[in-house]
Amino acid sequence: MSVSKEYLKEERSQEWRTELRKNLKNKERLEFARIKMNEVDPMERIRSNIEVNKGLSPIEAVAEARRCIDCPDPTCITGCPVEINIPKFIKRIETGDFLEAAKVLKETNALPAVCGRVCPQEKQCENNCFYQKKLGREAVAIGYLERFAADYERNSGNISVPEIKERNGIKVASVGSGPAGLAFAGDMAKMGYDVTVFEALHEIGGVLKYGIPEFRLPNEIVDVEVDNLRKMGVKFETDFIVGKTATFDELRADGYKGFFIGSGAGLPRFMNIPGENYIGILSANEYLTRVNLMKAAEPDTDTPLLEGKVVAVIGGGNTAMDSVRTAKRLGAERAMIIYRRSLEEMPARIEEIKHAKEEGVEFLNLNTPVEYFADEKGRVNRMKVQKMKLGEPDASGRRRPIPIEGSEYFIDVDTVIVSVGVSPNPLIPAAMPELEVTRWGTIVVNEDTMQTSVPDIFAGGDIVRGGATVILAMGDGRKAAAGMNEYIKEKVKS
Amino acid sequence: MNKIVEKEYFSENVVKLVIDAPRIAKARKPGHFVIVRVEKKGERIPLTIATADEARGTITLVIQTVGVTSSKLAALNVGDEILDVVGPLGQATHIENTGTVLACGGGVGVAPLLPIVEGFKKAGNKVITILAARTKELIILEEQMREFSDELVIMTDDGSYGKKGLVTDGMTEVIEREKVDLSVVIGPAIMMKFAALTTKKYDIPTIASLNTIMVDGTGMCGACRVTVGGRTKFVCIDGPEFDAHQVDFDEMLLRLNGYKEQEQKAYEEYTANLKK
Ligand SMILES: Cc1cc2nc3c(=O)[nH]c(=O)nc-3n(C[C@H](O)[C@H](O)[C@H](O)COP(=O)(O)OP(=O)(O)OC[C@H]3O[C@@H](n4cnc5c(N)ncnc54)[C@H](O)[C@@H]3O)c2cc1C
Ligand code: FES
Repeated sequence: MSVSKEYLKEERSQEWRTELRKNLKNKERLEFARIKMNEVDPMERIRSNIEVNKGLSPIEAVAEARRCIDCPDPTCITGCPVEINIPKFIKRIETGDFLEAAKVLKETNALPAVCGRVCPQEKQCENNCFYQKKLGREAVAIGYLERFAADYERNSGNISVPEIKERNGIKVASVGSGPAGLAFAGDMAKMGYDVTVFEALHEIGGVLKYGIPEFRLPNEIVDVEVDNLRKMGVKFETDFIVGKTATFDELRADGYKGFFIGSGAGLPRFMNIPGENYIGILSANEYLTRVNLMKAAEPDTDTPLLEGKVVAVIGGGNTAMDSVRTAKRLGAERAMIIYRRSLEEMPARIEEIKHAKEEGVEFLNLNTPVEYFADEKGRVNRMKVQKMKLGEPDASGRRRPIPIEGSEYFIDVDTVIVSVGVSPNPLIPAAMPELEVTRWGTIVVNEDTMQTSVPDIFAGGDIVRGGATVILAMGDGRKAAAGMNEYIKEKVKS
Repeated sequence: MNKIVEKEYFSENVVKLVIDAPRIAKARKPGHFVIVRVEKKGERIPLTIATADEARGTITLVIQTVGVTSSKLAALNVGDEILDVVGPLGQATHIENTGTVLACGGGVGVAPLLPIVEGFKKAGNKVITILAARTKELIILEEQMREFSDELVIMTDDGSYGKKGLVTDGMTEVIEREKVDLSVVIGPAIMMKFAALTTKKYDIPTIASLNTIMVDGTGMCGACRVTVGGRTKFVCIDGPEFDAHQVDFDEMLLRLNGYKEQEQKAYEEYTANLKK
């Protein structure tokens, strides 16, 4: 999937865009400063689950869109995993055609309102923006603008339900309803297929629902997208574990001609250090699932939640930030991040780190837990922590953390949330020995078509990549849809 | 979906529900469990499938009312639907002909033991079954167990039925008397702990089916983790059955009490509301 230079050039030379460029010279455009996101005050927001970012007003969005100089060679696009035609959508915002802008986004991105909120823009499009790359200045706020256009469309009540080609009645299935599965389902439905999405949990959305909290991605946004898919004829079956509730063979016998596995990287890792199974030590997945999926913090629900006054979260990714900020909102007096590398190496989105700091989260970088202790009831009450220093870069290119001998010290805690990564869910590979997997348990695919070693099975998202991102998962889902369409067409012919 | 088609009280606190769930009925094997959520604000709890009827498309669950969710389940009647029933989950029991199998069930652990006893019997084993409970009223599924057991021993703590004594007393008696090749124990964690200690003395391979706290039941959260042979395992995907001699039951007992306070409080509120 690659947009051609010619196509971009052709689009760029359309009259309305040349006109815009003429009307406002680059010199003037470069004078504007990057817009600031409107945020709910930190002290107010930690008392509720309200979304932190309030979004841009139309006036602010147009002003920000003006900063984009509509480069002849838009490098930002190369930073986008699904190659959104970024200058085109931004210029549509500049002209005030917000619904058109949303349409441009949807040409390549199935869930722009989600991506505008959770993509690591600073590592992708914005990192490749002319401002950032060539001028060393703050990039155009592409992520904010993406969110703006998508929200505008949703709030307008004019959501465009994509046109559906003539229905071909061919049954295909998605295993999992995370971003990979949803993107796959959308594209297949557009091409006329009869799509069913099977989901193990009782809610649709995968990590978007059970993982990422309301204050960062309101559930309603995911629900609107899911409703849209329903309108396109996509069927959803919750409480259905493919490989357990029914085997692939049974589903084949039911008439399914192709499967997309988007089952995610569900399995939380632990560190295997002494005391890690004490009460009050739980995985980020468990903590976030209790709070987000089971609504355990609401008084009238049955799922219990341990109250944490002093909470340590181990890890430096988005999941760790979501956990620590959730703990803060649920009344933690002290909430800290304990991460073995320095702040610069933290994989979380920069905005999340910024927000966490504003909310009073403590950052204990270059620290790692080595042992936990508990009271007589088995509830964790203390942890032993060792300090680290950075050594030579390792295989990932990041400097390797090295423990400092004799630097151990203790911290009193009552809750520890372990967020040190996930492994692929082994359910499907276990149910299907002929499916080729790597040493790490991820499914092996042909990168162009996302086809696995079993011809009618395609796969994408975290189950192929290990823990990755929403946008990559979605890109995979779309690529797999294209791949499967080709595969099924070939089969029908022969 | 998930309609209750039959309900029967085994005792005041133990109820059998037969549920319409054709897919699960077809796919399940002895040892499997399901995750159940009663209503929108309910929690997800694991329940072992006692039996299933593939032709009828039903699965049977046996529930002991110990807290809010089990009480809510037990309060449902024929014709009601359970919001979510997902499964079958976990690894099925490895059933083969090994010779003599000593199957021990305590409390509601007897229900999940039933299909295992049936499986071992049908695989050609000699099956000796011990059912244990505090008192006579709590002995369940006696007739069904008898059907698939070469010998059935009943133990009650107070001696009100069968022999007086703990499950381990009954086990020792059998083991002292004849050669046992495999033991399967299912029941409260404390019972499994002591049953495992008993068979360990005689070096008899023993399987325990663990009933830890769970949330998703698909390996996603780690709430169900236990230490087996010094390594952390997830009961929902690696289990629920493990080598009983390798399980750290003390840790499991602690973890089972992890939410005790909240659960008790919720249960008190629930029962208080019922009385209103
Ligand atoms: C807390 C948290 C915060 C994150 N923050 C960000 C962020 O800010 N930005 C970003 O880009 N990425 C973020 N990520 C990563 C991102 O969410 C994932 O990369 C992405 O969701 C992967 O999508 P997926 O569709 O592959 O899988 P998932 O979203 O994991 O969905 C898989 C679904 O499949 C279901 N399933 C599994 N097995 C079966 C089966 N056998 N049958 C039926 N259903 C099955 C699962 O229940 C699950 O619902 C975050 C992740 C977490 C956990
Ligand atoms: S119940 Fe969540 S991993 Fe086992």
